[in-house]
Amino acid sequence: MTRTDEPPLVAVLDYGIGNLRSAQKGLERAGADARLTSDKALVRDASGVVLPGVGHFGTCMANLKLSGLDEVVRETISCGQPFLGICVGMQMMFESSEEAPNVPGLGILPGVVRKLPPGLTRPQMQWNRLDVKKPRCRLLNGIAEETWMYFVHSYAADTDENLVAATCEYGTSVTALIELDNIWATQFHPEKSGLDGQKVTRNFVDLLSGRKS
Amino acid sequence: MKTVRVIPCLDVDAGRVVKGVNFVGLKDAGDPVELARRYDQQGADEIIFLDITASSDNRGTIIDLARRAAEEVYIPFTIGGGIRSVGDARQLLRAGADKISLNSAAVETPHLITQISEEFGSQCTVVAIDAKTNGDGTWNVFVRGGRKDTGLDALEWAKRVVDYGAGEILLTSMDGDGTRSGYDIALTRIISQSVEVPVIASGGVGSLRHLVEGATDGEASGVLAASIFHFGDYTIRDAKVALIEAGVNVRPPIPIDE
Repeated sequence: MTRTDEPPLVAVLDYGIGNLRSAQKGLERAGADARLTSDKALVRDASGVVLPGVGHFGTCMANLKLSGLDEVVRETISCGQPFLGICVGMQMMFESSEEAPNVPGLGILPGVVRKLPPGLTRPQMQWNRLDVKKPRCRLLNGIAEETWMYFVHSYAADTDENLVAATCEYGTSVTALIELDNIWATQFHPEKSGLDGQKVTRNFVDLLSGRKS
Repeated sequence: MKTVRVIPCLDVDAGRVVKGVNFVGLKDAGDPVELARRYDQQGADEIIFLDITASSDNRGTIIDLARRAAEEVYIPFTIGGGIRSVGDARQLLRAGADKISLNSAAVETPHLITQISEEFGSQCTVVAIDAKTNGDGTWNVFVRGGRKDTGLDALEWAKRVVDYGAGEILLTSMDGDGTRSGYDIALTRIISQSVEVPVIASGGVGSLRHLVEGATDGEASGVLAASIFHFGDYTIRDAKVALIEAGVNVRPPIPIDE
């Protein structure tokens, strides 16, 4: 057993895509020992796993597969390790995306990722107000009913509404936050969403306290 | 729901804020990161750091700035100025910048926009366009701080940079810049209407009304200002209140708890 005040180890999956630094930074600020890693053993040992992602769905999926971390993602989720997907990291957990129609997603969550409707600026690159569907979602603990998060995306998940903890309105109802057992996923960037975003990250880190590390 | 971003811009030379800054209670009024933190606390939606360091020997200071800002600023920030290669962009993004802004290098090597957006995503690839009016409803693109006319038509160039992979356009009116007489609204509107990606209006803000005009008449996704915030004329909160009163959706200002 380790002391409970030791910061929980969080594996931030490094699969060779751009800018993962801010996701790691947000976790560190929330009290985690966040490691940017592609080491499968380290991922299995972590108290929690974060899959960040920016850019193109097809590129992210290709890199994830190339790194072999796609299998590790499935494994950690089926083992019950708390898992957080962010932005394209969230999108990859679905079956597919209109951004890369021939590239299968991880298929861990049901549904497909669709392009935002025309008429509004794409990407949605702005703050938006969450419409909370599940006020008891553990990542929303201690966050006021009206909260704003920072989004950067042109595609969003179309999924089973029972999984959706929060949406935002952007020409359509956009899936913003997912909660399913040990899986959480945010379309917004908690690490870029000011103090409330920091609370979301901290809530995830707090889930991990007392777990193996 | 479209919400308009309020974006303070900090000009940085060799790691220090250039223009005079008039903020109560700052330990170091020349430290861009401390200023950015203050704007973050006031409810700014993003920050832009514009590196105007003349010497390329000083790249280290701006990378260090990105690293420190990533530690201390909880909102997205962009770094522009002096980025001439994928390597330059990579260093800044790895250090923690959320976006990089290309200007002269994009004109000289448009392929650079594609290379950076393919490697890091268009969401972090901003192209800055400095435009000057020709007086006939067209604008030309200038580089080198407005000294060199590229001969490019600003509207055509804006469309092209989006095709190359830009995820956002930072549009500065060189006619308005520094005049405090307001954005070039016709320019801002025509480009906002002609591209799908967000357009940030910049250049010439002297009052809160100018910010409102950029968001409403100009149809910009973000409104950038420098001196009105730095000199303490207005706070970010003042800007947001003015926008809300004009019916513009914004992330609400952060309550004052001092």
